[in-house]
Amino acid sequence: MMTRIDTQRRRLLQGMGLATLLPTRLALAAGNNTALEAPRLVVVMLRGALDGLAAVPAPGDPAWAALRGSDGPAPLPLDGFFGLHPALTGLQRWWSEGQLLVLHAAASPYRERSHFDAQQLLESGGERPFELGTGWLGRALQASGQGSAVALSSSLPLALRGAQQAGTWTPARRAGADEDLLTRVGQLYQNDAALSAAWQRAMAQQGMLGGDAAGGGSGFAALARQAGTFLAAEQGPRVAWLEANGWDTHTNQAGRLQRLLAGLDEGLLALREALGSQWPRSTVLVMTEFGRSAVLNGSSGTDHGTAGMALLAGGAVAGGRVLADWPGLARAQLLDGRDLRPTLDLRQLLAAVLQRQFGLSQAQLEGGVLPGVSIRDLALWRV
Amino acid sequence: MQAPALAAHRFGYAETSLRAMQADPRGWVQAQFAADRQDPTPFDASGLPGSASALALSAELLQALRQPDEAAATREARQRLRALNLAGLQRRWQHIITTESPVAERWVQFWANHCCVAATKLAVAGLVWPHENEAIRPQALGRFQDLLRASTLHPAMLLYLDNAQSIGPQSRAGRRRERGLNENLARELLELHTLGVDGGYTQADVTETARLLTGWTVRLRGDGRAGFEPALHQPGPKTILGKRYPEGPQALDLLLGDLARHPATARHLALKMARHFVTDDPPAALIDAVAARFLSRDGDLRATALALFSHEQSWRAEHHPKFKRPEELLLSAHRMLKLPIGPQQLGAASQALLAMGQAPGRAPSPQGWPDRSEDWLSPDALLKRVQWAERFAQDHADAADARLLAPLSLGPDLGAATQQQIERAASPAQALALWLASPDFQRR
Repeated sequence: MMTRIDTQRRRLLQGMGLATLLPTRLALAAGNNTALEAPRLVVVMLRGALDGLAAVPAPGDPAWAALRGSDGPAPLPLDGFFGLHPALTGLQRWWSEGQLLVLHAAASPYRERSHFDAQQLLESGGERPFELGTGWLGRALQASGQGSAVALSSSLPLALRGAQQAGTWTPARRAGADEDLLTRVGQLYQNDAALSAAWQRAMAQQGMLGGDAAGGGSGFAALARQAGTFLAAEQGPRVAWLEANGWDTHTNQAGRLQRLLAGLDEGLLALREALGSQWPRSTVLVMTEFGRSAVLNGSSGTDHGTAGMALLAGGAVAGGRVLADWPGLARAQLLDGRDLRPTLDLRQLLAAVLQRQFGLSQAQLEGGVLPGVSIRDLALWRV
Repeated sequence: MQAPALAAHRFGYAETSLRAMQADPRGWVQAQFAADRQDPTPFDASGLPGSASALALSAELLQALRQPDEAAATREARQRLRALNLAGLQRRWQHIITTESPVAERWVQFWANHCCVAATKLAVAGLVWPHENEAIRPQALGRFQDLLRASTLHPAMLLYLDNAQSIGPQSRAGRRRERGLNENLARELLELHTLGVDGGYTQADVTETARLLTGWTVRLRGDGRAGFEPALHQPGPKTILGKRYPEGPQALDLLLGDLARHPATARHLALKMARHFVTDDPPAALIDAVAARFLSRDGDLRATALALFSHEQSWRAEHHPKFKRPEELLLSAHRMLKLPIGPQQLGAASQALLAMGQAPGRAPSPQGWPDRSEDWLSPDALLKRVQWAERFAQDHADAADARLLAPLSLGPDLGAATQQQIERAASPAQALALWLASPDFQRR
């Protein structure tokens, strides 16, 4: 399969003179010695807004018992003040190994409560929704000119838009199309710039990712494992984007979160296993568009809120701690009397991750990648 | 693109030939919205299970899930629920493929997606097509306020956006029990269905709307209709966007009327219509004209449709063409080839849509399916479309000769490159695959 598509791709490249694809491919194919040592980044986007206080509860807060104390099973202990949802057993191990960092009371600059606007903002990396039409990860890739990225989703997420080197991958449901037809389709799209560009990338990815790579299903854990496999390959992409849906827990959230978080935990373990020897150079960022109301709603669920949590994991992450300027959970401390108050700007976290991954300068970050962000040393890495 | 092809492809679901709209393309579109239209092919819902049967099945399934042997207990109910959904989907697809009012049908589907419900939880699992047939279809050429009411109070919406279990904290039930307010429907009513996210409402307006909506609920066991349960309703007046609404069920119509008449709603809806039917970034003149007609005609959707489809900007050939959604693509192929989707083809068609990113009835969020080309045009999705075209053409190569069909369906607008590729194809199946995969057919 791989050979066939590879041959096919070369033929397309020769036949159509796809100059835009060549620099990356040539650099990789030339056997770049540092390819295996380059840092790896996996971003996991939880769509629908994960309840940060359910994932990382704060039983040490004096207001906790009254607010959430009766909701669900006892958390796994972390540092005495914070705990971890009992479904996150794998992450608790990472914590004790010092490879999991929790960032709490974190939020993007967005202060309204629309999923769609909030996701747009978190992915675009702007200061206001719909100010930017490309994504922070895409702009960072483009600015750095380093490596390529793959999103394990059927359409390219906004976060990765803006980069030539970003593509998508989902498990094929059946064998790929006939070679001859693929060539003809390439010609068919020559006069349509958008279709042509997408098609060239589709063909390039088939080659780069080995076409119908060993697919183990389409659930989150299978996709996470596949992401790890892609990133572990010497000539593979350096950045992967994963997403998981279903976090909009307006009703009876205890049972749903148990399942969802267990799935997330399983997926992250699978990712680490597949990354294998790349784990020490890997960073995994887990984020969501906002937190949920600190106060449970009337249906044993939570409504749209403001601050939540983000996770940073990896071999070099200075973990085993919760990074938070904790705002407190007493009614008067909550935003609008209902939400965890944001004290950490997620964009500063994104900036720190991008600095690490791509070595971008402050000017590049503040100028175009995350316009207007104020860089702050969050001391996220051990080395 | 010339007007006959625009009428057939931009506004409809493609046609085998442009003969019917050749002489008067604008008239062909507008006639589908005429008040005295006698549709020769009305939607036939006879024999289809409605909300009541779907709800009863969901209730049965919920009950069976509590049995010790869950898998065996639920098997039969799951099969019946699946059969119910497939029956609804097949009738809907057959209607879209064969209707003589394809533009009016696109209009129905636009509103079904605007008031999106998705089978993403068990209570709603069988309700997506009943919602479309009971709440959207009968109201799509009536007043927006009536459509909004029918959709908001449909069991599907009340369950999908959790209002069915929202309880006023000071209501009789709220004082007795621990459960209370759920603001999910209230927020989406303001953000998605009416004013739009920049429509000028605040969190306090959302909370007050949620309080106003308490009491409107549906019982899983019952006649499948929504009702008002006074015991769940938050007492006292509510203030929304600066206006006071009384306690009780009568407040809902007052609020929906005010939201329907709000200028922000008109702008929000007009933008969505123009974006869906014309181009991703529609010109302001078109949005303004449609919004103005919507407002001046008190949300009359027939008049609004006519404003949209008679505007000179809607017929401009130079707009950047849209990239069809997967379902539009699949159904326009069936329609162009006059190929029915029978029970035998349902599985393959659903699988194809899942692979292309649009699983039937399972929109990813209350916002519905996205509507911009960039939401659908990714390398992987494009490859899946080409794989679909290849397989479809293999299965149906004998249905038509693409060399004749392409110019017949698109007229003089068929691109020279596409025509050349089709004529040089290695086989009839490959010719059809190339026509279906071509920019000319993937776009509208």
